[in-house]
Amino acid sequence: MFLARPRIFLLAALAASVLLGIFQSQLDPYFVDVMTRIGINIVLAVSLNLINGHTGQFSLGHAGFMAVGAYTAAAMTMFAGPHIMPASAPEFFTALWFLAALLAGGIVAATTGLIVGAPSLRLKGDYLAIVTLGFGQIISVVFRNIEPLGGALGLNGIPAYTNLFWVFAIAALTVYVITAMVNSTYGRGFIATHDDEVAAEAMGINTTRFKIVAFVIGAFFAGIAGGLYGHFTLTISPRGFDFTRSIEIVVMVIVGGMGNTVGVILAAILLTLLPEGLRALGGISPSLHWISESRPLLYSILLIGLMLLRPQGLFNFRKSSKLK
Amino acid sequence: MNSLLQLEKVSIRFGGLTAVSELDLQIGTNELVGLIGPNGAGKTTVFNLITGVYQPTAGKISFGEKSMAKLQPHKLARLGIARTFQNIRLFASMSVFDNVRAATQLHRAHGIRDALWRGRNFRDGEKTVGAQIMELLEIFRLEKFRDESAKSLSYGDQRRLEIVRALATKPKLLLLDEPAAGMNASEKTELMRLIQFIKDKFQISVLLVEHDMQVVMGICERITVLDYGVKIAEGKPDEIRANPKVIEAYLGN
Repeated sequence: MFLARPRIFLLAALAASVLLGIFQSQLDPYFVDVMTRIGINIVLAVSLNLINGHTGQFSLGHAGFMAVGAYTAAAMTMFAGPHIMPASAPEFFTALWFLAALLAGGIVAATTGLIVGAPSLRLKGDYLAIVTLGFGQIISVVFRNIEPLGGALGLNGIPAYTNLFWVFAIAALTVYVITAMVNSTYGRGFIATHDDEVAAEAMGINTTRFKIVAFVIGAFFAGIAGGLYGHFTLTISPRGFDFTRSIEIVVMVIVGGMGNTVGVILAAILLTLLPEGLRALGGISPSLHWISESRPLLYSILLIGLMLLRPQGLFNFRKSSKLK
Repeated sequence: MNSLLQLEKVSIRFGGLTAVSELDLQIGTNELVGLIGPNGAGKTTVFNLITGVYQPTAGKISFGEKSMAKLQPHKLARLGIARTFQNIRLFASMSVFDNVRAATQLHRAHGIRDALWRGRNFRDGEKTVGAQIMELLEIFRLEKFRDESAKSLSYGDQRRLEIVRALATKPKLLLLDEPAAGMNASEKTELMRLIQFIKDKFQISVLLVEHDMQVVMGICERITVLDYGVKIAEGKPDEIRANPKVIEAYLGN
C-alpha cells in the first residue's frame, strides 16, 4: 500500500497533521497529550527499528540519542532563541526557529551516533548491546555534570512549541524516509547485513558502512524525537533518558516484530495506550482500583505473555523465517 | 594464456596447523579450473583466501595486475570475484528476487537519494536492475519462484540461486564451492551444462571445488589436487585420473 505510492502517502499524512494542528485547540487536552506521546514514540520506535530490526544490530542506547537531541533543541529555543528574535516576533518565525532547533538536535544526535557507531559497530550482538548501554549511561552522566544545562535537575521552562502538527508531520517523515530507503535496491544492503554478514560482504556489500548509516539515521530521528519531547513536557532531566527509556523503545520494536514497520507503528500506539487503558480501567470503580495500582506489574506480565505466544512480534503476520 | 588470478607460494597457518602450504595456482581468463582433494584438504580455505575472508600468512595473491593483500571481502567483490558457499548462505528473510537484488549493489545506477525521492531515476534504475535479475533467474529456471522466500526452495534450487546471486555481482572470476552437493544425477547433468553455459555467455573464469568426480572430470579444463594443504597434482582431467598420487590420496594404499 505504502510502496505503490509512497509520495502520496507522505502528502496525505502531512495534510492530516496540518489538520490536527489546526484543530488541536478544540480537542480534549488529555487526548492531545496521549496523541503527542504516541507520535513521539512512533518516531523513536520506527527509527530504532532501522538499527535493531532491518539492519539487525542490537542498540540499547536510543534514549541517549534522544537526550542529545532534547538538550540541543531546548538550548536553542531557551538560550539562543530570545537573542535572535524579540518576544513579539510573529508565530511563523518562532515556528521556523523551532524547526531549526529540532534539526540541530537531530544533527548533533546523528554526529554522536557516528562517533559512537564507527568504532563499536565492529562488535556484534551482545557486545554491541553492552557498548550502546554504556553510551546511554555516559550521556546521562555528562548531562548531569553540565551546569549550564541544569545539571542533575535538568532544564525547566522550555517553551511549549510541540503540537500535533509537528509530532505527526515528523512521524510521517520518519516513516517515509526509513521505508523508502529500505525498500529499494540500495536498502537491500541493510537486510543483507541483517541476514548474513559473510554472504553480504562476498556480494560486494560494505556491511560496516550500512551499519553506520543505519546508526546515524536512527540517531538523527531519535534526536528530533528528543526535541519534540522536551518542548512537550517543558522540562527535561538526565533521569528521563535513562536505560529504562531505551528499553521501552526496544520493547516496542520487538512487540511490533523486528523489521516490520507497520507492526512497530502499531506497537508504539498500543504500548503508549496500554498504561493509559489500565489507568482508566482502575478508575471505573473502587473494586477495580488494584488495576491502576499494579500497572507496571500488569504491563510486564502482558509483555511476558506476548513473547511466549508471539515471539515473532504481535503484528508480524508473515511466515517468519528470521527465527532460526 | 592471460592469467587472471595468481597464487604464489601461498601459505596459511592456524596456530600450529598449516592448512595450506606454499600453494601455486593460476587461473586464466575464461578458464574452468577444478580444485579437488579429500575432506579437510584445504579447498574451502583456498576459497576463503581468494575472497579475503582469511589473509595468507605467507605468499602473494594477485588478481589481474593487482595485489589483493589486506583487501576486505566487499572490495574483492568489487574487483570481480564472486563466490557461493559450501553451507548455503542465502539471505534467509528475503525473497528469491531480493536475494539477487541485494547482490546488484555494485552495479546500480541509483542510490540512497533516488530511493528517497522516488523519481524517474529511481523507477528506471529499479526497472533495469529488475530486468537483469529476471534474465539471470530465467537462465537457471528460477523465475517462477521470484516472490517465494529463498528458504522455501529445494536444496538444489537454493544452490542454483546462490550461483545466480554471485553472477549478479558481474564477476570476472566465479568461485563455486561444491555446487553439486545434494543434487540428484539429472540435476548434476543440468548443472554442468549451466556452468559451461554461463562461462561462455558471460566470458568468466570459474574455479570449482567439488567432490563429485563425474562433475569435475566432465567440465574442468584443468584440475588441481590438494591433500593436507599441499598441491599433489595438476593437469588435464585424464592425467589426474591416471595419477598414482591422486589415487593414493583418495583411496589410501
